Amino acid sequence: MDLLINHFWELTITGLSIGAVYSLVALGYTLVYGVLRLINFAHSEVFMWGSFAAVWVLMAVGAGKATGIGLVGFLLVGFLAAMTVSALVALLLELVAYRPLRKRNAPPLISLISAIGASFALSELMGLRDKPFKWFGLDDNLAPYVGRPRENLPFPLLVETKRLFPVFNYQVTNIDVIVLGSAIVMMVILDQFVKRSRLGRGIRAVAQDSEAAALMGVNRDRVIRLTFLIGGLMAGAAAMMYLLKIGVTRYNAGFILGVKAFTAAVLGGIGNLRGALLGGFVLGVAENYGSALFGTQWKDVVAFLLLIVILLFRPTGLLGESLGKARA
Amino acid sequence: MSESTPAAERSEGPPRLEAVESVPDTSVDIRVEEIAELPPGKMLEVDDVTLRFGGVKALDGVSFHINTGEILGLIGPNGAGKTTCFNVMTGVYQPTSGAVRFMDEPLGKRNKFEITKLGIARTFQNIRLFHNMTALENVLVGADAHHSTGIFSALLRLPKHRAEEAEGMARAQELLKFMGLERRADELARNLPYGDQRRLEIARALATNPKLLCLDEPAAGFNPAEKARLMELIQTIRDQGYTVLLIEHDMKLVMGVTDRIVVLEFGKKIAEGLPADIRDNPAVVAAYLGVDESAS
Amino acid sequence: MNAVKSFFHAMGTRFRELPRWAKVLLAVAAVVFVYLLPIINPPLITTTDSDFGAVLFLCALYSLVALGLNIVIGYAGLLDLGYIGFFAVGAFTVGVLGSSHAKLPLLLCIPIAMAATLISGVLLGAPTLRVRGDYLAIVTLGFGEIIRLILLNTDWLSGARGISDIPSPPSWAIFEIPHITWQGFTAFVDLENTTTFLEFGVTDSIPYYWLALTFVIIVLFLDWLMQNSRVGRAWEATREDEDAAELMGVPTFRFKLLAFATGAAIGGLSGALFASKQAFINPDNFTIIYSVLFVAMVVVGGQGNRWGVIVAATLLTWAPEKFRFLSDGRFLLFGVALMALAIFRPQGLLPPRRTVRARAAEESEIVEEGAVNV
Repeated sequence: MDLLINHFWELTITGLSIGAVYSLVALGYTLVYGVLRLINFAHSEVFMWGSFAAVWVLMAVGAGKATGIGLVGFLLVGFLAAMTVSALVALLLELVAYRPLRKRNAPPLISLISAIGASFALSELMGLRDKPFKWFGLDDNLAPYVGRPRENLPFPLLVETKRLFPVFNYQVTNIDVIVLGSAIVMMVILDQFVKRSRLGRGIRAVAQDSEAAALMGVNRDRVIRLTFLIGGLMAGAAAMMYLLKIGVTRYNAGFILGVKAFTAAVLGGIGNLRGALLGGFVLGVAENYGSALFGTQWKDVVAFLLLIVILLFRPTGLLGESLGKARA
Repeated sequence: MSESTPAAERSEGPPRLEAVESVPDTSVDIRVEEIAELPPGKMLEVDDVTLRFGGVKALDGVSFHINTGEILGLIGPNGAGKTTCFNVMTGVYQPTSGAVRFMDEPLGKRNKFEITKLGIARTFQNIRLFHNMTALENVLVGADAHHSTGIFSALLRLPKHRAEEAEGMARAQELLKFMGLERRADELARNLPYGDQRRLEIARALATNPKLLCLDEPAAGFNPAEKARLMELIQTIRDQGYTVLLIEHDMKLVMGVTDRIVVLEFGKKIAEGLPADIRDNPAVVAAYLGVDESAS
Repeated sequence: MNAVKSFFHAMGTRFRELPRWAKVLLAVAAVVFVYLLPIINPPLITTTDSDFGAVLFLCALYSLVALGLNIVIGYAGLLDLGYIGFFAVGAFTVGVLGSSHAKLPLLLCIPIAMAATLISGVLLGAPTLRVRGDYLAIVTLGFGEIIRLILLNTDWLSGARGISDIPSPPSWAIFEIPHITWQGFTAFVDLENTTTFLEFGVTDSIPYYWLALTFVIIVLFLDWLMQNSRVGRAWEATREDEDAAELMGVPTFRFKLLAFATGAAIGGLSGALFASKQAFINPDNFTIIYSVLFVAMVVVGGQGNRWGVIVAATLLTWAPEKFRFLSDGRFLLFGVALMALAIFRPQGLLPPRRTVRARAAEESEIVEEGAVNV
């Protein structure tokens, strides 16, 4: 208990910043679920591939210790690389794993199987990335990128942790600011987009009643692609933030994060965008408090128990379902 | 009483079942003693029921009753609250205020299946059969409503379990024959022609041994000949001891088969009485805005 | 596709037309053959790079798991992504009671393990089955992980070290069965390589395989009993349309809980057998990956079809061992295969269950289709 009280603000703010990562990834799950009623099991790999893209690109441009303008530049490059690749992987996923099933009106459990298969395929592809190069003769220059495929790959950008300003007894760091700041910017943009833009309305319409939306002239396929695209972009941003905080990535890094992010989405109310954001933050903070109270090894248990308890008292999640209604 | 098969399929080869419409066999006895011998009185009473969804009043102070052994019609324009009424009576919704009493006992907060066990069964406006189960299995599920053996009896095949299975099977066969569906007993519900599906729903509901059978637009999509047969069917069901509550849009059918009628509009009861009185009631005519329902 | 369907139906019809004694004889022969598989070691089927008996044990064990999960997912329509949790509870109950904190004999531990798992199934299901179907998936996923983490972090139960010296079933050495080895397609009886009936030791997996297989047969029978009763009907009706089922008098919540608990008990039984064979278990054996694999087995097999899920479980266990030379790419292949299956054969390997009577109706359908095509 003392640990919690003494370090309350540190736990809260760092919890919020890892929560931001969860939130952004959760957005992908909740968007796809809202529009397709599908648990996109492979979204975790969308995130993972984005993280690798960021690492590879930053390695290629020789990022290392950086400050000031250089830092900003590298950050932008990293975000861009991660978001682009994640978006591409998400779109590819939609094209190969889900669209054929949609066209055949496959039952939801089958889509889940395809999702699981895609998840394995994508993570294993990364975990076997040295193979194609080995067959054609491994170029030593490429070793840092594709060598030792099943081990951690470190994030090359070293941001010197600078204590910026205090919140009560905790000194907020520059990393916290970058992570939370970029997350909030993304969230506001997305929120406004879904609320105001034509495409955003299309998403909400398809989520509520896909057939009626089609009858009203909404291009369902385009809306669905857009949904995946947005989810991918958010996951890519989250990947970069994750790298800033954790500093490494690996071929199966998506898995646990994916489970947690999905938990966050359900916690907030699956299908509800703001719920996903809230769920992520709540989860991040609760995990930290749980670690302080019970020890870090119980962190994940706290997360899942929280979910179960919330669902018992509020079966539709904290903010309820909203993108589309539950089954009537 | 089966119709002659069309000439086209009487040639060689297995009978093409799809072409033949099933015809109910109303001579089959589907009485259940304890239901048929209920004393006269008020079977169901809807007492000042109001149902609110947020700001919308789906039902507004609705009161009516059903007498044992009668066929009551519940009519009104679309959106009047008829199916909502059904839903309150079968436990799908809890009334915001007011109560429903069945055999003098308030339904309270009972679960849907408890209400079915009490003796209220229903069919649905949009057919809700168990599509990947056969016709026989659908009816058997209904029959299970009045069975009580559980998993251990099933695993050990205890005598009580075997007796209940036999009873269920006999009852299901009886009801399928009554509906003219006995040849289709092993077909999947989703493969049955539309009319058969509607009749199967009624058979399934009857299998639960209901005191009160609620039919929600059972004639939707029927041609006049089928509607006439359905009228005969409903009357036979009543003659065999069941009480029937009927939602229907076809005026000719309603006028022809019901003993009394209750009219709803915008969630309120606007008229109640004998068919002849309802037909001439100006409020009722106004509610329907003169749309000629009987010429379907 | 129709030709293939017609072929299998013709075979099936010929089988059904055999006199009763012939059918029984064939069935018994088939069962005996399955029991003797690891002894016979048929050339194309046997796994050359790993112990065939051990592989068969796992096939039987996972078939048992698949049968249990089939009740939950296939019959009752509940998406359970945390089935490994029940498996773990069963395994560690045996471990704790048989090795680390007591020395109860295995035959006593197994029913206790099943009871413990059943209780955990009820405890988990009672609050969560009221929640919407898709939420159930994540809640069960969480449950599986919580079990693993509790085991990992509680030294009294297991800790990272795990539990070793788990007891094996009682042995009673009666006689020895020599294996058959093959050169090309010629069989030789190998008197050096034998299995003792019935000795449960560390070196020979085959008696464990026989034990697991026996349980599979028992569970298959019990499953058949349940399916052909109001229990199976209630599950199916609940899966088809839960609200309509409840309005037809089915106490859907009770039956969902029953499915959950039954599935849990079978999972616990499997875990107990696993623990006994392995003799050493630790929480790393019980990760989410297995839950996902189990779900895949049920869906790939054709959910609701007890034979289908057995085929799928066997295939998904045997194939990676048979094709061990592909070892690193195994999971990649698994992922691609799942996707392909989802697209090209969503109904699963075997079509959903058909009662005898519905199958007869289907047959006349096929004959009619044939007539039309002519």
